Amino acid sequence: MATDASRRPNSLFRNLNAKIASIPMIFTALVVFVGGTIWTVVYSFTNSRLLPRLNFVGLDQYERLWTTPRWIASIQNLLIYGTLSLIFSLLIGFLLAALLDQKIRFENTFRTIILYPFALSFIVTGLVWQWLLNPDFGVQHFVRSLGWETFTFNPLYDQSIVIYGILIAGLWQGTGLVMCLMLAGLRGIDEDIWKAARVDGIPMWKTYLFIVIPMMRPVFVTTLVIIASGIVRIYDLVVAQTSGGPGFASEVPAKYVYDYMFSAQNLGQGFAASTMMLLTVMIVVVPWAYLEFGGRNKRG
Amino acid sequence: MADVRAAAVGQADPVVAGLVEPSGPRPRRALSRRNIVIYGTLLLFSVYYLMPLYVMIVTSLKGMPEIRFGNVFAPPVEITFEPWVKAWSTACTGLNCDGLSRGFWNSVRITVPSVIISILIASVNGYALANWRFKGANIFFTILIVGAFIPYQVMIYPIVIILREMGVYGTLTGLVIVHTIFGMPINTLLFRNYFASVPEELFKAARVDGAGFWAIYFRIMLPMSLPIFVVSMIIQVTGIWNDFLFGVVYTRPETYPMTVQLNNIVNSVQGVKEYNVNMAATLLTGLVPLVIYFISGKLFVRGIAAGAVKG
Amino acid sequence: MRLRFLAAALASVSFTSLASATDLEVTHWWTSGGEAAAVAEFAKAFDATGNKWVDGAIAGGGNTARPVFISRITGGDPMGATQFNHGRQAEELVEAGLMRDFTELAEKEGWKNFIRPVSLLDGCTKDGKIYCVPINIHSWQWLWLSHKAFEDAGVPVPKNWDEFVAAAPALEKAGKTPLAIGGQPWQRTGVFNVLIPAIAGKDVFLKVYQDKDETVAAGPEIAKVFKAADDARRMAAKSNVQDWNQATNLVITGQAGGQIMGDWAQGEFQVAGQVAGKDYSCLPGLGVNELISVGGDAFYFPIMKDEAKAKAQEALASVMLSPATQVAFNLKKGSVPVRGDVDLAAANDCMKKGLDILAKDNTIPDPPRLNTEDTNNQLNDLFVAFFATPSMTPEEAQKRYAEIIANAD
Repeated sequence: MATDASRRPNSLFRNLNAKIASIPMIFTALVVFVGGTIWTVVYSFTNSRLLPRLNFVGLDQYERLWTTPRWIASIQNLLIYGTLSLIFSLLIGFLLAALLDQKIRFENTFRTIILYPFALSFIVTGLVWQWLLNPDFGVQHFVRSLGWETFTFNPLYDQSIVIYGILIAGLWQGTGLVMCLMLAGLRGIDEDIWKAARVDGIPMWKTYLFIVIPMMRPVFVTTLVIIASGIVRIYDLVVAQTSGGPGFASEVPAKYVYDYMFSAQNLGQGFAASTMMLLTVMIVVVPWAYLEFGGRNKRG
Repeated sequence: MADVRAAAVGQADPVVAGLVEPSGPRPRRALSRRNIVIYGTLLLFSVYYLMPLYVMIVTSLKGMPEIRFGNVFAPPVEITFEPWVKAWSTACTGLNCDGLSRGFWNSVRITVPSVIISILIASVNGYALANWRFKGANIFFTILIVGAFIPYQVMIYPIVIILREMGVYGTLTGLVIVHTIFGMPINTLLFRNYFASVPEELFKAARVDGAGFWAIYFRIMLPMSLPIFVVSMIIQVTGIWNDFLFGVVYTRPETYPMTVQLNNIVNSVQGVKEYNVNMAATLLTGLVPLVIYFISGKLFVRGIAAGAVKG
Repeated sequence: MRLRFLAAALASVSFTSLASATDLEVTHWWTSGGEAAAVAEFAKAFDATGNKWVDGAIAGGGNTARPVFISRITGGDPMGATQFNHGRQAEELVEAGLMRDFTELAEKEGWKNFIRPVSLLDGCTKDGKIYCVPINIHSWQWLWLSHKAFEDAGVPVPKNWDEFVAAAPALEKAGKTPLAIGGQPWQRTGVFNVLIPAIAGKDVFLKVYQDKDETVAAGPEIAKVFKAADDARRMAAKSNVQDWNQATNLVITGQAGGQIMGDWAQGEFQVAGQVAGKDYSCLPGLGVNELISVGGDAFYFPIMKDEAKAKAQEALASVMLSPATQVAFNLKKGSVPVRGDVDLAAANDCMKKGLDILAKDNTIPDPPRLNTEDTNNQLNDLFVAFFATPSMTPEEAQKRYAEIIANAD
């Protein structure tokens, strides 16, 4: 919302109160986020071990990073997890929202059921699903006890599918919020549009696909940002559920960063890895953030 | 476009009024095939969402022998509250055998000030960004949003340094600052979007009456932003209550929050893993955010609609 | 009447506070049954000096706990004392001048005279000054065997590694996991590091870890070790536990044949009421090459401004090394006291075996003391992959191993 102020010539004292009120934000943005990032990038070119030291070694840390099998595996896992998580979150979230939007009974009950896992932490989520997927007690054991003796579903100890075990838990925790956002978006669509579509005899799925979804662009953008930022940061869930195992099969970049910074006492390596993560995030997010928020005084 | 319509609709609850009513195609009355598909799908998903909660509850009420020989879905043959008592008051970590009880109060002490301060700051930020835009404000805001993507692990070390320089490392104040910082991006975004959808006329009228920055904030904006405060509160309470990383790194053992103690209890294996105690501890830890969520669930949905839809 | 009572109560309160009951926070990662029982002995002895032990246990092992300790110390909010494995873990904290120098106290109490082997104190020494208090000797080179498991399988309890490998099929047939290895990375690296001196001998071990000789690391001797590790991998294929003490529990209950684990596992057998030689056997050096490594835990004391706390730190340091505490602590922990002059009549069979080997000085340094944590972590990464991936050949693994050794410092 453009105010008169921003159109007039600027002086330091214009909007003084707003500026004073924004000091915490400016501090956070400049000192913590920018400052912290620059600090991290600078130290990624050093051979700091337990304590940060300015002893530059050029690109050594990065060379080592990209020859480390565990890092490569982490990136691959994140790509698989991220792609699937993005697709399924949006799909399930939208599907559930569309179903709830059909003027059904018990809408509140269903919504509560779908959204409650969002209130639980990833640590809790990881522990519960570890327990549910435990081959000796959980789902596999249960199905076998029903008489299907050869049933095998052991995602936590099988390298090739462990990432899906984490996906199941991640979706359980996160889709509720996506559904909520989508539902809010659907409720923002004008009733007249539905009427018009019905009059024109356009089938429902077509209305959704070609009219409603394009109109919900802002919601999708917000949702995408929320999901994506969660994906890049995924850490607690993996630690609680599988500790990255078996082997490297569920290792993720954030865990590599943490492990090398703290348990391996090789800050330089951890900083190099986190710089790579930052770089990836920047490439995706900065253009979007600039278009969305940084441009001229676009309304809203 | 939503806000344009909302602006025309009402003042007290500008955006939400138009959004809460279902607006999808009207369903036919009878128990049609369509209804079966809808309710069938929803029920199926409900099973997926409810199963873990069910399993947590039944497991926490079983004794260890029953767990070892039964399956996770079977209801307890003999209900015991022993695991709950143990998780709350006697489970050990090292020499401290007081379960989660200590961590509960620590979590309260951490969460209450953190939530209040972080929401106040984020709402003022959002208000300044939406209504008093000054030069460069958007740049800071963009940085803030990009900051939301930075993995927390990356920031641990710089923040240790910042807190040390401020002299608040290891104190409650330090932890509150950390939570305020990391809650800022998402909450500022929510408040900014919400305030931006307040009809401009209202704001202009107040300016003409001579109201300044704070006067408008307290007299006009605050009173009509209850839904978004609720959303923000839920996000912050659950986020801060559930936080593990900051709690373990930036505090000392006597002020460890509940999640850290949960991790300690779950990982302090003495012989066999006591799944029932672990599940009871897990449920106890999740209880506060769950209760808050159940109480304010409807407001949450409305708030989400108000804050996030406009992106 | 009432007033007098109150006065008396007040007097007693002020009296205890005069006796300087300083709270000292001690952080460590000992949370298993045996460990907690051992650390309670320290707390008891320290509280008896009129101070108060504030326990700061962090569960999940050293890798979870150490980062917390380090950020606390570097963040300027140090604890009174903290556990580390001595050697290189706290090297930089000492160099940065954050840790307290205990040389004076050590000379006054004559630590050099009773700490045995003397090399243990070297791990605490930097530029001639002593920065930590070694409290126990732990060795990794033990194979723990469950008598019940072998009885059930109908084979005699093995006397060495080769017999154990040979007995594996029988164990499997009886539905047992031959070898229990927990999923945590350090346990896998540990198994390999135990296999080196047992299979290839002490010299090879020292060449690789002390001299960082990459040709030896890539050579035929280490290739043999990788073959043995391949056997271990097959034997542990069905081992589905995470924590080391859960793995030990499999051995205690006879669900697994054996476990390669340090002598701290002893504490768990003890808590479970098992008797060495009757319910379980222990083979130092895997029964092949009877030697043990000398490593262990040590306490470091960050510099504290508070005078009273500094006093309490000294009290804690001396109480940890006092003969009575050493015996009480180490019997519970399953480790060997650092004092050569204490009476260990209460020691059981396994501990006595360890003491014998120690007396013969058949020892090697502990790998964590020789490697940086960075190298240790890279090795962890390698062995996590190796043990979890049956398709990874020993040759491939050895190639990566030699690379890590070549780049280590």
